[in-house]
Amino acid sequence: MSVAPPLLAVEGLTKSYGGIHAVRGVSFSLRAGEILALIGPNGAGKSTCFDMLNGQNKPDTGHVRLLGEETTGKKPREIWRMGVGRTFQITATFATMTVRENVQVALISHGKQLFNLWGSAPNVDRGEAGRLLELVGMGGYADRPCGELAYGDLKRLELAIALANDPKLLLMDEPTAGMAPRERVELMRLTAQIAREKSIGVLFTEHDMDVVFEHADRIIVLNRGTLIAEGSPAEVRGNPQVQAIYLGEGLLYEAGHREGASA
Amino acid sequence: MAFYVVQFLTGLASAASLFLVASGLSIIFGVTRIVNFAHGAFYMIGAYIAFTLTERFSGAFGFWGGVVVAALAVALIGVLVEMVLLRRIYHAPELFQLLGTFGLTLMVEDLVVLIWGPDDLVGRRAPGFKGAVDFFGQNIPSYDLFLIALGPVVLGVLWLLFQRTRWGVLVRAATQDRDMVAALGVNQKWLFTSVFAVGVFLAALGGALQIPRDAVHHAMDLRIIVEVFVVVVIGGLGSIVGAFVAAVLVSELNAFGILIFPKISIILVFLVMAVVLIVRPWGLFGKPEAAARKTPGLTVNPWRPLTSNERLAALAALVIAATLPLFAGNYALTVGSEIAIFVIFAVSLHFLMSVGGLASFGHAAYFGLGAYGVAFLAKMAGLPMIVCLLLGPLLGCMGAAVFGFFAVQLSGVYFAMLTLAFAQIVWSIAFQWVSVTGGDNGILGVWPASWAASPSHFYWLALGVAALVTVTLRIMVFSPFGYALRATRDSLLRSEAVGINAKRIQWTAFVIAGTTAGIGGALFAYLKGSVFPDNLGISLSVDALVMVLLGGVETVSGGVIGAIVYKALNIWLVSQTDLSKLVLGGFIVLIVVVFPKGIVGMLEMLAQRRRKSSPPGSSLLAKPIESAE
Amino acid sequence: MRARNCFVGAAFALLAASVGHSALAEDIKIGEINSYSLLPSFTEPYRKGWQLAVEEINAAGGINGKKLVVVSKDDGGKPADAQTAANELVSSEGVAMLTGTFLSNIGLAVSDFANQKKVFFLAAEPLTDAVTWAKGNKYTFRLRPSNYMQAAMLVEAASKLPAKRWATIAPNYEYGQSAVAVFKKLMSEKRPDIQWVDEQWPPQGKIDAGPVVQAVAQANPEAILNVTFGPDLVKLVREGNTRGLFKGREVVSFLTGEPEYLDPLKEETPEGWIVTGYPWYSIKTPEHDAFLKAYQTKYNDYPRLGSIVGYQTIKAAAAILAKAGSTDTDKMIAAAEGLSMPSPFGEITFRKIDHQSTLGAFVGKTAQKDGKGVMVDFSYKKGADYLPSDAEVEKLRPKD
Repeated sequence: MSVAPPLLAVEGLTKSYGGIHAVRGVSFSLRAGEILALIGPNGAGKSTCFDMLNGQNKPDTGHVRLLGEETTGKKPREIWRMGVGRTFQITATFATMTVRENVQVALISHGKQLFNLWGSAPNVDRGEAGRLLELVGMGGYADRPCGELAYGDLKRLELAIALANDPKLLLMDEPTAGMAPRERVELMRLTAQIAREKSIGVLFTEHDMDVVFEHADRIIVLNRGTLIAEGSPAEVRGNPQVQAIYLGEGLLYEAGHREGASA
Repeated sequence: MAFYVVQFLTGLASAASLFLVASGLSIIFGVTRIVNFAHGAFYMIGAYIAFTLTERFSGAFGFWGGVVVAALAVALIGVLVEMVLLRRIYHAPELFQLLGTFGLTLMVEDLVVLIWGPDDLVGRRAPGFKGAVDFFGQNIPSYDLFLIALGPVVLGVLWLLFQRTRWGVLVRAATQDRDMVAALGVNQKWLFTSVFAVGVFLAALGGALQIPRDAVHHAMDLRIIVEVFVVVVIGGLGSIVGAFVAAVLVSELNAFGILIFPKISIILVFLVMAVVLIVRPWGLFGKPEAAARKTPGLTVNPWRPLTSNERLAALAALVIAATLPLFAGNYALTVGSEIAIFVIFAVSLHFLMSVGGLASFGHAAYFGLGAYGVAFLAKMAGLPMIVCLLLGPLLGCMGAAVFGFFAVQLSGVYFAMLTLAFAQIVWSIAFQWVSVTGGDNGILGVWPASWAASPSHFYWLALGVAALVTVTLRIMVFSPFGYALRATRDSLLRSEAVGINAKRIQWTAFVIAGTTAGIGGALFAYLKGSVFPDNLGISLSVDALVMVLLGGVETVSGGVIGAIVYKALNIWLVSQTDLSKLVLGGFIVLIVVVFPKGIVGMLEMLAQRRRKSSPPGSSLLAKPIESAE
Repeated sequence: MRARNCFVGAAFALLAASVGHSALAEDIKIGEINSYSLLPSFTEPYRKGWQLAVEEINAAGGINGKKLVVVSKDDGGKPADAQTAANELVSSEGVAMLTGTFLSNIGLAVSDFANQKKVFFLAAEPLTDAVTWAKGNKYTFRLRPSNYMQAAMLVEAASKLPAKRWATIAPNYEYGQSAVAVFKKLMSEKRPDIQWVDEQWPPQGKIDAGPVVQAVAQANPEAILNVTFGPDLVKLVREGNTRGLFKGREVVSFLTGEPEYLDPLKEETPEGWIVTGYPWYSIKTPEHDAFLKAYQTKYNDYPRLGSIVGYQTIKAAAAILAKAGSTDTDKMIAAAEGLSMPSPFGEITFRKIDHQSTLGAFVGKTAQKDGKGVMVDFSYKKGADYLPSDAEVEKLRPKD
């Protein structure tokens, strides 16, 4: 018997735009229940890398495998069906629907009820939606219009949506961008807790080094499209190459990109 | 050979005026995101004022001065319109501005007849450009040469304006990202006003320059507006160069199309537009739209199914409506049937537009296909009425399945224009395939069977079907499919990320809406006893849009109320006055200003204010039905 | 809320209109429908014409002592709206008969309505042959000379021209198509030597005149048949003049001599086109003089062809009602069939065989006089002389 494949295996991921290498030969893996941070300065290729994992973008070469199954070339919705939940840097939710309905949509999709023209959607998976909202601490907001939520609550809602298909893997792009410091800590603590309880692998990118070093089990560092360091928070913190990059930026996190938020 | 050169030059001359008008529309859309339906009206006013001025002041100075002054005067009118009307509704739901400018157009069409009289006016020729130039035995009007030169000159001036002035930089920035300009602290109000003025100036100039070639008359606006939309869309919204290239393309297609396919020249441009949009969804020179303002500017109340009390109220309204035959005469019953049919039509578009976020500009195609379906079955196959009613809408269904497949690949205005193109293609076929469809003389004698012939029976039939359709679509709104559809409307990104195949969901919605419209059309054929190409024409598509917007695009029952109000008012006005367009247009403009969320949207807001604690529902379904019947 | 009240008001008015109205016993009501808002240049003079007729009829004591009232409705140029109007007139206004309509498709829609609801319909203007032939019915009569009749009148003159190479320009819809078809058929019967070298079908109302003129010129015909009218005609004439299309070529043109279409052309008016029309300024008959005088006195304006059509429509309706002595539909039909009456163009008869009136048209040549277009060398063509034989008509018309 061979060893069971890792939850996520990324091999030799490469992408270039018009001769500029955005990502070059990036490989890493992720175990179930592990929280992995992908960091790097602006323009390091984090977003490109992330988009290739979630299907928004196709790599030139390289492979992404989920439990041994190839996901490269698949559409985001197909990758989702394989058990990958996502949150976005700028929250993407259904603004005209209630908080509960937002989660219900994901549950409906998960239950393959999308083309059910006759059922009563308000009653579909109502309990399950409530449980997910409770889980992220949004139980009291279920009937609020999503468009009225504070940004931090939207992030929680996104987490609840991302959990709706019982994911094996969560991809979180800048999960705490645009949040107040206290909220950041809370959200990540919650994420880590859920991930460990449900044995979900989490891959996130992040600008806030406090968040990264506090919550990640492991960190991988990208610079100019290549992976330059990988290891525990302590190892990465001590890595001279990483220090060199980040010293240039003063180890400061950048303010999240607030403009155009869907809230 | 000389012939082809001259034909080409002639095409270029036509392109020049088309370009002027189209570039104005494109600039306005690019910056303000307003689909300015009144653009053709400004074009027409430009021609009328220029006619008056050039008749009054003689000589070259009188002519050219008159043309320019006319364009400036109309630009001033444009400023007024922007400040008084449009400024109030920039934050209204998308396309609401279309409703306002549509109202204006209606008013202008009657106003010009009141001011300038009903006769076609023929202005004088341009001084210095009266004759023709001999080109290897072919004559080219010298005015054509003037226009050919004018096109690139205007293009150049606009280019300089956009590249070399601060104003131009702002306009370009705003075209790419409106929010950014607002964030830069630019006085957005005046930017919008000035852009609107420039756009209107170009339209009016285009109109004024028609004087030496054309007759000035009160239907000029409709003659150009659709073609201008086509040009703008083929070129790519917001792209001036695109507008130029597309204007040349469309004009040359006309010029050479008549040599090869003299009979299908109407259809040709729409075919080209459809192909361009399918191959290049953002037009030749357009860029993919940045994630558009998906959710309307104001907060939207989440929709809820009716409470049991509200259901009872709706039922009561239906019962009251059903008693109409007990006290009303045949005419009122026929009008009632017509309104019920338009409720079906409006709710079908509302389903696509409000629930699916897909504003179709060619929804009448499916209504009309349903009507033709019935007519074919009844007249050619001689099937009984009930069979025709059941099978006729399938033609609408099939049309929606084919066209919808391509249309849902696009979104926003491009979706709208592709649906318009398809509708025009269907219309042209019905209009010109005389041997099958009877052309514009239509198919006659599609009268109901005896069981439905009496006005009261037909009224009950129409009312019953309308109620059934409305309830069915409402159930679908709150079905898992309805949720998925709303999800695709609210956020494509998120819906894709939760495994929803948005295109398939939207396609399904398109087919449902098309089939439903077809049901309305099928009943309409029997109500009128005949089918005409009008039944799938642009004006009917616009009517449907107006009904939905009037009722309230953000509400669940807006389609029902909008249809009742608009149709009842329309029928009444047409019967009472020859100036129905003026009154109806004025009414629409008033509604737009007073109720920027539509009638139902407004009532919901009021109701919500009154009982802040209880959830907002669509209890309003009931009342207006009563009052309308 | 204002708008809502307004709407409720409208709804109530609708109800009131449907319940409250009933015709006053001593009046005779005629329903009239036309495209007032869509085609004001034709319908304004038309309205003046019928209003004059109503005035004259009532001044002369009405119809068998009863006052004549015309209830007029706009159809907005849409067949569906015309039917709504027809319905209102019949169901709610209680009119004795329907009259009017301009566009062929609206004429057919109302005619079909009349057939279904068993209402008398006197079509004023629609030209399509179908109104009295292919889709003719017992309830429908027509005043104006049909497409066929006008084509036959023009062919009579056109066939005498030496030209052998012909091109056609016609708006691409039923009217244009059937006008060309009939003209070609009748022409080819008389002149088998004729060649048809080009045909142009610009969309109605949207002619791209430059390329059309250029294309026709390229085919180098000796003569041209034109069926366009209104703004399309203006554009065609202007481009044709500038590009010299009409130089050395004969042009035969439907309707162009009607003041509605000729007057706007002013100094652009082409010389020598053979046209149908209405030269009101040069008709010297007692009937027409009387009409002209009355019209000009009342309106201080000159009549267009629409004025004649409107005037004679109501005169004919009154004559039918007077002879029938009743508003019973069958009696009116019986009265109308074969009924002769005077008109500004001389006596006309509603034929029993196809319900077509024998009103004729003037055929002449266009010319310019003081910067205005006029018809010269014209003669009146009686409608009766330009209809096919009874046997042919029998074949064309479905049995009632």
